[in-house]
Amino acid sequence: MLEISNLHVKLEAEDKPILKGVGLRIAAGTVHAIMGPNGSGKSTLSYVLAGRDGYAVTHGTATLDGEDLLTMEPEERAAAGLFLAFQYPVEIPGVGNMTFLRTAVNAQRKARGEAELSAGDFLKVVREKARALKIDAEMLKRPVNVGFSGGEKKRNEILQMAMLEPKMCILDETDSGLDVDAMKLVSDGVNALRDAGRAFLVITHYQRLLDHIHPDVVHIMADGRIVKTGGPELALEVEQNGYAGILAEAQ
Amino acid sequence: MPVPQAKLDALAARIAGLDFARGGWLGAARAEALARLGAMGLPTKRDEYWRYTDPADLTAPQAPRAATFAAEDEPPVFDGIDRLRVVFVDGVFDPALSDDLTLAGIEIELLSKAGQTDIHWAREVYGLLEARGQTPVQRPLAALNTAFATEGILIRATGGAAKPVSLIYLHKSENSDVILHHCIRIESGAELTVLENGPAAARFTKVMEVDIASGGRFHHIRAQGRDHERRAATHVFARLGAESLFKSFTLTANGALTRNEVVIDLLGDDGVAHIAGAAVGDGAFHHDDTVFITHAGLRCESRQVFKKVLKNGAVGVFQGKILVKPGAQKTDGYQISQSLLLDGDSQFLAKPELEIYADDVKCSHGSTSGAIDEVALFYLRARGVPEAAAKSLLVLAFLAETIAEIEDAAIAGDIRLHLQNWLERHGR
Ligand SMILES: Nc1ncnc2c1ncn2[C@@H]1O[C@H](COP(=O)(O)OP(=O)(O)OP(=O)(O)O)[C@@H](O)[C@H]1O
Ligand SMILES: [Mg+2]
Repeated sequence: MLEISNLHVKLEAEDKPILKGVGLRIAAGTVHAIMGPNGSGKSTLSYVLAGRDGYAVTHGTATLDGEDLLTMEPEERAAAGLFLAFQYPVEIPGVGNMTFLRTAVNAQRKARGEAELSAGDFLKVVREKARALKIDAEMLKRPVNVGFSGGEKKRNEILQMAMLEPKMCILDETDSGLDVDAMKLVSDGVNALRDAGRAFLVITHYQRLLDHIHPDVVHIMADGRIVKTGGPELALEVEQNGYAGILAEAQ
Repeated sequence: MPVPQAKLDALAARIAGLDFARGGWLGAARAEALARLGAMGLPTKRDEYWRYTDPADLTAPQAPRAATFAAEDEPPVFDGIDRLRVVFVDGVFDPALSDDLTLAGIEIELLSKAGQTDIHWAREVYGLLEARGQTPVQRPLAALNTAFATEGILIRATGGAAKPVSLIYLHKSENSDVILHHCIRIESGAELTVLENGPAAARFTKVMEVDIASGGRFHHIRAQGRDHERRAATHVFARLGAESLFKSFTLTANGALTRNEVVIDLLGDDGVAHIAGAAVGDGAFHHDDTVFITHAGLRCESRQVFKKVLKNGAVGVFQGKILVKPGAQKTDGYQISQSLLLDGDSQFLAKPELEIYADDVKCSHGSTSGAIDEVALFYLRARGVPEAAAKSLLVLAFLAETIAEIEDAAIAGDIRLHLQNWLERHGR
């Protein structure tokens, strides 16, 4: 589904290389996890895939089901089925959460040539999915993420994912800031979406999330590269021994 | 200080071709206004109060030509609102296009008719509120209006008006130079909504005086635009009695030059005055909001919310002052003026002022100027919202605080829709 090959990325403003040859192949129906020290380039990878300004791809490719992601506008990538749950969800004062969700859902449907959802149908679906994530109606009425707690913001990201039903879901530290119960809710939300046609890339620092969302493949990223790839046991190793051993081995 | 000769010469040239109607109470009020005007002359851009806006086109002997503009691509604003229509074509009342001037809860007449009546309530309003508003700042264009207005509407609300009165200004002649003067009196406990829309004229000089007795409530929603070449100088003078309410919202879209002055006198105790403005300009657009609020009564609340969205060299100006008189304790004054500059060519000039002579007051003002939030824009696009639509959403969010000042949900919805359409047309 998602294929990244020898991806080199630098910061446009500072001419500073961040990603130094990332390669990943994520097949439909699988869950991959990326772990790695702070500043290793995990969020940068997710932003570049989502199409954020400020990064220059100097080498390499990234495709979603064979389509070149890197030449698409961010909204086109979203319509093609890519979703990024942000490490730091953005507050948008003055735009109601409900308006935001409906605009996004209908924009994507339109881009794919599907009919817009009626207001009634939309409301029904949102209410149901929000209930599953314990997001109350009051939160849906408020401006996007404004005044939301850290954990509420993360749950709101998962609500957006559930509404948009993307095929390639990237979750950037969605577990950080979540209490134990919220972690369970979010994981249930993710697991509910798991199916043969969908894939996940889960960026995390902790084994905790992976106890709920069982990954098929675990990658370790360091200094802009994937330095090790393995099964779920790799995450356990990191949890127990930290990165030192893996990094030394990769040298 | 003697009036500079140049200002008097400009005045003489400006009024040379205008008819001065004598006789009756209206003639007397006009004569007084003419005397006020003679003592001021016309403004120039060297005047402190006109520092950011060059009044030349507003004071020139002839109105600069302005192409007429009919927006065929969308129904006029307020079209779906049940209202009493009063239509002026290039400043001339058009009875055929207007509804019958009768409505439960109000008395309504034309200025041209009422001026001939001996005894009339409007004698206590016409030119009087304007004259009060001449200190401490001179407003010569308002005095000129009082002296030379050819028409206007006089409305006295005695109860709850059955529906809004809608003043519709049509522009048919490329050289029309129109002076209208409206007077509104809200009697104790009465309530009225006045709507205004339409291009009006090549040059439009307008005054609206609003006298609100204790417990009266007045709502004003106005839409200026979308004619590109219009010049307009408008004044609202309002005097508020105890526990009365005044709410005014203006949407301005396009227009070569617009100066909207609002002068509010919170005279009685516990009065509330909210003034809001949303202005959107693309290209040759100069928009000036000049507001002066005087707190004289106890425990009055005033709120000014002005937002401008500017692109392609458009210019926005805000001059807003809150004056708290000695003894006006427990005053609550709030003022915010903000601009969203969609590119580097546009400009926002703001002069917020507070002058306070009472010790137990709460007053705040803030002014900001910024670009669109790129992070929020990316967030929206990453969720699949196309760039133009995402920008519109953020611009509407920026303007939302002004629209929130409109109490009637249907009217607010209509204004929002027109803004949305404007943004869509100017998105690319
Ligand atoms: N806009 C930017 N300006 C300056 N430096 C940046 C910018 N974006 C990323 N960087 C730098 O690039 C490197 C990678 O950052 P990135 O956010 O991708 O790391 P990360 O692996 O997600 O870290 P964390 O685990 O702390 O979230 C860091 O050194 C960071 O400081
Ligand atoms: Mg990160």
